[in-house]
Amino acid sequence: MTPRRIVLLAVAALAIALPWLLQALGADFYLSMASRIVVYGIAATALNLLLGYGGMVSLGQAAYFGLGAYVSGVLLTEGMQGALPHLAATVVICGLVALAIGAISLRTRGVYFIMITLAFAQMLFYLANSIKGYGGDEGLTVRSRVQLPLGLDLRDAETFYWVALAVLALVLWGLSRFVGSRLGQAVQALRDDEVRAEALGLPTFRVRLLVFVVAGVIGGVAGALNVNLQGYVSPASLHWTQSGTLLVMVILGGAGSLWGGVLGAAALLLLQEGLLAYTEHGEFWTGWVLLAVVLFARQGLAGIAPALKRRLARGGTAP
Amino acid sequence: MTGLLLVEQALNGAQFGLMLFLLAAGLTIVFGVMDMINLAHGSLYMVGAFLAAWITMQTGSFWVGLAGSVLLTAAIGMLIEATLLRTLYARDHLSQVLATFALILILNDGIKMLFGTDLPLSAPAALEGPVELPGGLRYPLWRLLIIGVGLAVAVGLYLLVQKTRVGALVRAGAANREMSMAMGVNVARLFTLVFGLGAALCAVAGALLGPLLAVQVGMGENILILAFVVIVIGGIGSIRGALIGSLLVGAVDTLGRTLLQSALREALPPQWASAAGPALASVAVYVLMAAVLVWRPQGLFPVRGG
Repeated sequence: MTPRRIVLLAVAALAIALPWLLQALGADFYLSMASRIVVYGIAATALNLLLGYGGMVSLGQAAYFGLGAYVSGVLLTEGMQGALPHLAATVVICGLVALAIGAISLRTRGVYFIMITLAFAQMLFYLANSIKGYGGDEGLTVRSRVQLPLGLDLRDAETFYWVALAVLALVLWGLSRFVGSRLGQAVQALRDDEVRAEALGLPTFRVRLLVFVVAGVIGGVAGALNVNLQGYVSPASLHWTQSGTLLVMVILGGAGSLWGGVLGAAALLLLQEGLLAYTEHGEFWTGWVLLAVVLFARQGLAGIAPALKRRLARGGTAP
Repeated sequence: MTGLLLVEQALNGAQFGLMLFLLAAGLTIVFGVMDMINLAHGSLYMVGAFLAAWITMQTGSFWVGLAGSVLLTAAIGMLIEATLLRTLYARDHLSQVLATFALILILNDGIKMLFGTDLPLSAPAALEGPVELPGGLRYPLWRLLIIGVGLAVAVGLYLLVQKTRVGALVRAGAANREMSMAMGVNVARLFTLVFGLGAALCAVAGALLGPLLAVQVGMGENILILAFVVIVIGGIGSIRGALIGSLLVGAVDTLGRTLLQSALREALPPQWASAAGPALASVAVYVLMAAVLVWRPQGLFPVRGG
């Protein structure tokens, strides 16, 4: 076994055993925090696929997170609890919306792409505000949860955590397979040098669109999980500041590295939670931490370990 | 719908559009000259409104509040530019988005620490009532004043950009930054000035709109996005594009609200219509932007040359 694999297994074991550990420490109220980290980790990983690997800076990723939450929330309100319909509806609806938005947005480049993805997300935000039948601007509270097979109950905090963790593991595994695949290589080639990739004969538009849609679907699944965790969804989950928060997570963790999304989600949520204990002005300090990361740690948290390793290897002299 | 109501809504649209222009003008120049996405531009608008409200409270005079807020906000803007934003020009758009997003968090919470979540601000009493316009329309004097100020600033900016040396440098910078630097333009100093001017315009908009909307933390976020929509529609770096775009967005937003509302009232039950109207009008603005970008990916008045 390589050291890398040992670390991976240790992390996995720790993540799986977390509910018991928290219980043993008498801190089980942190479990919902852990579940939030896992859910946001999935959402941020979806954006990491788009941004870190695909090079597409979307400021509208909240569209899919919020849409997935609304799809599941509306189905629950209508009394449908089957896991399969929820999954199918989330995947199909988020996929189709991402397909439409992507097909239009990917015709633009750079700043215009940032702005048009933002614009589409804002459209959904205002639409959600207007749908009075499902809460309007007050948001939608759901009492029931999706019923999983084998009698798993998402209302149970531990069950939810493990289910979300399984989804996260699946997403990370998929991403790690994707990175080495032909398609993954093509996407990264596109990110690094579009002209050359095009000259090599890659179908640039279709490759980008595919990644855009997959990122949208994964984001939607994270949103659907979130509504089952919180029992509540509001238009705020579609607001552009939510997209900004997801971007922050990815950059904080390290864009274009497998664990970037999860690390960033954990770091940001724990930072906010930790600050709340000391000050009611958590955002103020979060902002400064974020500024420091942008200015001084360009590779994010995931870049710190390799940088340290390089520094040690060089005897601590080189930067 | 009567003609009178239509005129009133058109005036409201122009008023909103011109205030958007005050924000969009600074944003488009910053964007055009330095290729810099500044999400914190809306926060300067919030800072301007809070300073105006606070100084007005201390001195009892709205005009002192306005002047003080314009000067202070310009100074804050230049300070932010010289300390932080300057280091970001050479970075990619992503870093700029993140750093200025962080700035939003800091400014929002900073304002909350200093002033609380909101402050009262009302227009000078003499200007609060309605006036009768030719044709029998009674229209709030304050809104008319906003339209007047907006037009005056638009003309002033146009003259500044088109007729003065500073304006020529700004235009040169927007069209081709490297070339104008090679020709010896001190872009850094020019830019601090431009940024201060943009911040001052934010303060004007914040102080004038304060009595109409609420002076509260977070007021900058939504209007910022509208200002971005404006400059993307108009073409990044173009003052003329920002003006046309602002008026378009103001008209679509305001007229959309009323026209859509009355159209929906025919088609839907009233409680649905009253909710869906404003939302659909907000959506209409973004539909407009998406349509413009599909039709002209560089906006209506593209500036940047090779």
